Amino acid sequence: MLKVKNLHASVEDKAIIKGLNLEVNPGEVHAIMGPNGAGKSTLGYVLSGRDGYEVTDGDMTLNDANLLDMEVEERARAGMFLAFQYPVEIPGVSNMEFMKESVNAMREERGEDPLTAAEFLKKAKAACKQVQLPLDFLKRGVNEGFSGGEKKRNEIMQMILLEPSLCILDESDSGLDIDALQVVADGVNSQRDGKRSFIVVTHYQRLLDYIKPDFVHILADGEIVKSGDASLALEVEKHGYAFLGKKYEEAEA
Amino acid sequence: MSKCIWQDRHGQNPGTVNTGKSEITNMSEQIEQAVELEEALERKYEAGFHSEIEADTFESGLDESVIRRLSEIKGEPEWMLEWRLKAYRSWLEMEEPDWAHVDYPKIDYQSISYYSAPKSMKDKPKSLDEVDPELLRTYEKLGIPLHEQEMLAGVAVDAVFDSVSVVTTFREKLEEAGVIFCPISEAVHKYPELVKKYMGSVVPRTDNYFAALNSAVFTDGSFVYIPKGVRCPMELSTYFRINEQNTGQFERTLIVADEGSHVSYLEGCTAPQRDENQLHAAVVELVAMDDAKIKYSTVQNWYPGDENGKGGIYNFVTKRGICHTNAKISWTQVETGSAVTWKYPSCVLKGDNSVGEFYSVALTRGRQQADTGTKMIHLGKNTRSTIISKGISAGKSNNAYRGLVKMGPKADGARNFTECDSLLIGDTCGAHTFPYIESRNPSAIVEHEATTSKVSDEQLFLCKQRGLDTEKAVSMIVNGFCKEVFKELPMEFAVEAGKLLEISLEGSVG
Repeated sequence: MLKVKNLHASVEDKAIIKGLNLEVNPGEVHAIMGPNGAGKSTLGYVLSGRDGYEVTDGDMTLNDANLLDMEVEERARAGMFLAFQYPVEIPGVSNMEFMKESVNAMREERGEDPLTAAEFLKKAKAACKQVQLPLDFLKRGVNEGFSGGEKKRNEIMQMILLEPSLCILDESDSGLDIDALQVVADGVNSQRDGKRSFIVVTHYQRLLDYIKPDFVHILADGEIVKSGDASLALEVEKHGYAFLGKKYEEAEA
Repeated sequence: MSKCIWQDRHGQNPGTVNTGKSEITNMSEQIEQAVELEEALERKYEAGFHSEIEADTFESGLDESVIRRLSEIKGEPEWMLEWRLKAYRSWLEMEEPDWAHVDYPKIDYQSISYYSAPKSMKDKPKSLDEVDPELLRTYEKLGIPLHEQEMLAGVAVDAVFDSVSVVTTFREKLEEAGVIFCPISEAVHKYPELVKKYMGSVVPRTDNYFAALNSAVFTDGSFVYIPKGVRCPMELSTYFRINEQNTGQFERTLIVADEGSHVSYLEGCTAPQRDENQLHAAVVELVAMDDAKIKYSTVQNWYPGDENGKGGIYNFVTKRGICHTNAKISWTQVETGSAVTWKYPSCVLKGDNSVGEFYSVALTRGRQQADTGTKMIHLGKNTRSTIISKGISAGKSNNAYRGLVKMGPKADGARNFTECDSLLIGDTCGAHTFPYIESRNPSAIVEHEATTSKVSDEQLFLCKQRGLDTEKAVSMIVNGFCKEVFKELPMEFAVEAGKLLEISLEGSVG
């Protein structure tokens, strides 16, 4: 599904990703861990094509389509979804109209008819309940006045509605209490259907207790320095990032 | 009658209380985005067509003989001519105001023709087939129904039976209710007492430079009278009148709502006008007698000029209403057109417990300049006013809010709430806020809130990551920003206004 080869990327001429390789097959869950400043969030932005995140070398393809030739919205319509760490507010635009436009943009791409307001409302209500947000969140402005936890759950709701093929979760666990974490994890797990793939970017092992990864990669200084199965995350939890070398000894796991 | 105009009150160059000039940091990665936005916002005026219509047009120039000729053509009574001439003589003594935050070359008033009318209805297009297809596409985008499209395009109604029935039903319905709705030139003949009594009672002939000019040379406009206790059975719209007479660039509207009556009036300038001239100086007067309610909504989309600021309408308009006891006047405006806008729809809250409202969306792009806002003059006790102003600036445009809230010495318990928000798109535009507050009553309460925000690249990225293209994203964010005002518009108009913003923001990206 996703193939990333020798990826180099920089922000304001500063190299952040330095030769990253990653292959994600359908149905797989990959966790990306690493100390602060390793380039974890940058990876999500580079994959999704955010302005200012410049790919200087390497290749990346999604279902054999060259991502480097695609705009942000084209990548999104091709099935890539990024759950934001800090989702931004769009005052006055209701969650409902925002999501309806998005869902219909995806449907158009797939050659499907747009959903009517009634059809969409039915789906949206179900998704809203699933992430345990009150239904009035559909009427409220996008992320307007939402708490940190509500924003994260709102992101998962969007993911459920958009039915992407590749979901990138950027620290979807940060700032969540244990109950909210459970809700987010349940939302993600409900979307695992053997075809949909996930990249779970996290600083802590905690989230991986709830979302079981098939692979764990340690990202440090713009490269994947170690890969393994779920046990690698537990190892990091126990010993921190000391194995990465002297400069990470103090890094919190 | 309270007379309170900017140049009297504040001199030539009013001090700035609060300027929100944007200075956005020029981060390198933002530049690309700015360029992209710029392209998205660049668009051609979709209604700037030129019709070859044979017309009776005065040679340019203005003096008393021109006014006499104009009055004669209209067959006006002596008193009307006298009124015009008095206004003209005052105008000669006045100076063009220059305090607004706008910049345009000096207008040569002698180079303007002050009268133009098509020779006959036969010169108008006979069916939609003869109308510029570009124009029809614009209407289609605006979602205007076919029979209204015909009216807007000035299709002669006698050739189109569908429209005839619409107009006739509409006439009959109003006559039954006793509502007068006719061209002001007709009202001068048919209802001279009403016109004499109210014309100039809210905006005096000498009110300001442009109002004086309008008083001297106004060509036409609407007259509305709602009798006591009558709720006007339908929303009155200038659309219905455009086909009868091409309104000139100096139109004058007078609406009188007698005691306890209600009326909602829609002024749609989404209709592209045939006027060749650049200056548009209109006057609108509203009179709300005791317990009356007037809602006046405008969607203005005059030609804004090209991307270099060449051409376009100078929209210098005086709009004011007077509220008697328990009366209410509500102004709602959506302004997306004109090269230069100078417009302050105002309320004089004379009667106790009267209410004034002003809801405004002003969008400027390209080189457009807008200096717009309102005046709320609280004279009576417990008078209340609300001002919600949303300014959107894009391109190299300048958008200023200028508002006066005045609490008179007798305005015990009066209240005002002002919210003034600016949204910037890109980093070459300007947003400015000039609020003036004068309170001469210690029990009056005035609140002012102002914000300036920007369509951020984070917001755009979120929208695009959810599959929306840049145009859709920008229009969605802008519509969200304007929601508070749009909900004040009559339903159909709100839809139209939303679409108009979308079209205005439409460009070459995608």
